[in-house]
Amino acid sequence: MTTEVHHAEPGIFRKYFFSTDHKMIAMQYLFTGMAMALIGGFFAYVFRMQLGFPNQQVPGYGIVTPGRYNALVTMHGSIMIFWVAMPVLIAAFGNFLIPLMVGCDDMAFPRINRLSYQIFLLSALVLLASFLVKGGPFGGAWTAYPPLSAVGAYNLTPIGATLWLLAVALEFIAFLLGGINFTVTTMNSRAPGMKMYDIPLVVWMIVLASIIFMCSAGPLIAGAVMLLFDQTMSTGFYDPTRGGDPLLWQHLFWFFGHPEVYVVLLPAMGIVAEVVAVFARKKVFGYKTVLYTTWAVGFLSFVVWAHHQFVAGIDPRMANIFSITTLLISVPITEMVFLYIATLYGGSIHLDTPMLWALAFIAEFMIGGVTGIFLGSSGTDIYLHDTYFVIAHFHYTFVPIAIIAVYAGITFWYPKMFGRMLNETLGKIHFWGTVIPFNVIFIPLFITGTAGDQRRVYSYAQFAEQSRPALQHLRTTSTVALLVMLAFQFVFLFNFFRSVRSGTSAGANPWRSTTLEWTVPSPPPHGNFAEMPTVYRGPYEYGLPGRADDFLPQNVPD
Amino acid sequence: MLERYSTAASTYAHWIDYQFLLIAVLVGFWLIVAEAVMFWLIFKFRAKDGRPTQYITGEEKQYTKWITIPHVLVILCDLVIIVPAIMVWYNIKQVMPAADETVRVIAQQWAWSFQQAGPDGVMDTADDVRTVGELHVKVNSTYHFELMSRDVVHSFAIPAFRLKQDALPGRTITGWFRPNRVGTYDIQCTQMCGLGHGLMAGRIIVETPQAHAAWLMHNSSPAVAGQQAIPALPTDASSTMAEVRR
Repeated sequence: MTTEVHHAEPGIFRKYFFSTDHKMIAMQYLFTGMAMALIGGFFAYVFRMQLGFPNQQVPGYGIVTPGRYNALVTMHGSIMIFWVAMPVLIAAFGNFLIPLMVGCDDMAFPRINRLSYQIFLLSALVLLASFLVKGGPFGGAWTAYPPLSAVGAYNLTPIGATLWLLAVALEFIAFLLGGINFTVTTMNSRAPGMKMYDIPLVVWMIVLASIIFMCSAGPLIAGAVMLLFDQTMSTGFYDPTRGGDPLLWQHLFWFFGHPEVYVVLLPAMGIVAEVVAVFARKKVFGYKTVLYTTWAVGFLSFVVWAHHQFVAGIDPRMANIFSITTLLISVPITEMVFLYIATLYGGSIHLDTPMLWALAFIAEFMIGGVTGIFLGSSGTDIYLHDTYFVIAHFHYTFVPIAIIAVYAGITFWYPKMFGRMLNETLGKIHFWGTVIPFNVIFIPLFITGTAGDQRRVYSYAQFAEQSRPALQHLRTTSTVALLVMLAFQFVFLFNFFRSVRSGTSAGANPWRSTTLEWTVPSPPPHGNFAEMPTVYRGPYEYGLPGRADDFLPQNVPD
Repeated sequence: MLERYSTAASTYAHWIDYQFLLIAVLVGFWLIVAEAVMFWLIFKFRAKDGRPTQYITGEEKQYTKWITIPHVLVILCDLVIIVPAIMVWYNIKQVMPAADETVRVIAQQWAWSFQQAGPDGVMDTADDVRTVGELHVKVNSTYHFELMSRDVVHSFAIPAFRLKQDALPGRTITGWFRPNRVGTYDIQCTQMCGLGHGLMAGRIIVETPQAHAAWLMHNSSPAVAGQQAIPALPTDASSTMAEVRR
């Protein structure tokens, strides 16, 4: 890193497109992620309309054909995981927060950071380009099981399938580069005095998520290269007639795919920890225990992958081992949630918008967690596997992660990002308009799943048991709730963009918080700290007895 | 609990339903307790003027027990769940009771075809009955199935039987079921298999032994068999694979 890059104010073009400033790269990731969320949300709207009101014109789209339906669900899943949850939770918050919270002027490798975003943008463009090619985008589900994904004659989208694979591979490169940066910056660039246990939890969680990602992505990248060869050079890695094995992909995919759940979960848990501590005016209950459970979760997340494959044709004895590890991972996760709830004890809880989001995360994520037990138990998974029960379960984890916790983070750090406050009334309207419909979308889907609705089916007309009117009413209810939830997102967008210009001025520390990012002006200037900070204590010193103020920032000497 | 939403028509459907009920009661109870504690804390410790925050690190003995006790309870409940879960799994997927009949189930884009022995009771003879989209079985008979796929990964699912098993090209996967209720039930494909995935429906017709015998007799007559015949699965599946590749 050069001092020139850091302290000279660059021109417009360099500032917005080739910046190496971590805050600008964070904004690039945030806005790209938000744009992709609009696209992914639109797809959900289209295929839910088909399910709620089968075979009718969808306003703004038209008739949903079976092939397009498959493509829409595939792209919805891929986009929401790889191009929304990861860029926003890890890259946007990681880039914005890590240097500010550990007290340094920028990432350890600013140019790698810039490259990371550029590759990420390219990956998004490659994915979107698949809508323009012959045959259309890939429709073989986000898990892309071969031989369907490997053979053009089977999936009928030979170009789309390859572009999807390339896009995912590029996205992985972007996050490997980002992960290196987050880890190195946190380990090497902390302010003097900041010991390991003085690092704010959100930074810890983003770093651990990056490490889990880096450890799990390798096998999938190897698998993706083999799949690419199968697609384009007619190799037979996954072709059983030529000595290959379709199950190999499933193992490689889920060896990545399950840790990936925790890759996006951990940053969300970190954001919630920060918000709960600030608005309950409480030290996080058992900071070290939270960290230990995080490590336990990270480790266990590598040995649960085959619970996605209980009925996939693996040796049935394997299911027992993975069923046990899957229930084991519920122990540290439950403990983490208990610690968050315990943090509320003895606090002084202020229900501002960020806190509402954080508490909603805990309340909703618990539902996602306990419904996972039904699926982790091999016996019941025989019935529930690949039904809407699974869909409802993982949306009860992913919506709290990628929507609710992200809104907690955005509403909490918005004053720091843009120097102005969001409108509190609009924020609360948006909160209730999102959380209530969210439950109305997915509770009916638990029931349709229990009644046997299988996933990725564009119409249940073929299935006598599934085309009962009672089940169709539930699907329609879910769709209508989705329309309501989507409509309320415009309240957020309005609030977001209006407040950038006309929100009340925030000042450096509007929430009276203790961590280092609140010691610099809002928004932070280029280079962040006018004078490099020194750290004297842990991140959550609220309500210290015998002091006039109820909080003691990390950088204030005793 | 599951029977309220989906008919149970095989012997092991009830095992899965009981397991589902057990989990629902246990986790439902703990979910309600945890949510109630959380909302109570939010209410009890809402911000009030003049009430200072308590300084608790979470490492004091008198407080850590509130984490340790639930922690132990979670492990206990996990045990209570996992043991029967594995027993259910073991009895359905790991051991096979002796077969009364065998059927061959062949998945392909986007149809189910079935082969079973004709009146002679022997598979792979001239009087075998081959059907597409419809599988006729006898009530209260234990069936073994041999599941295979001609092209991509499919999944053979009969919700009323609580049966689900992926079909993999290049492998024959065996399993069993014992229907115990006469009726017609759905067969689904539950693994994304391409354009026609949502159309890949089948029916399983559970009949009384007399009705089944009559059906077998009627359908194994050479004329009818010829009409309904579909090509047998080639022993060397590579020929179909190669054809599709061209």
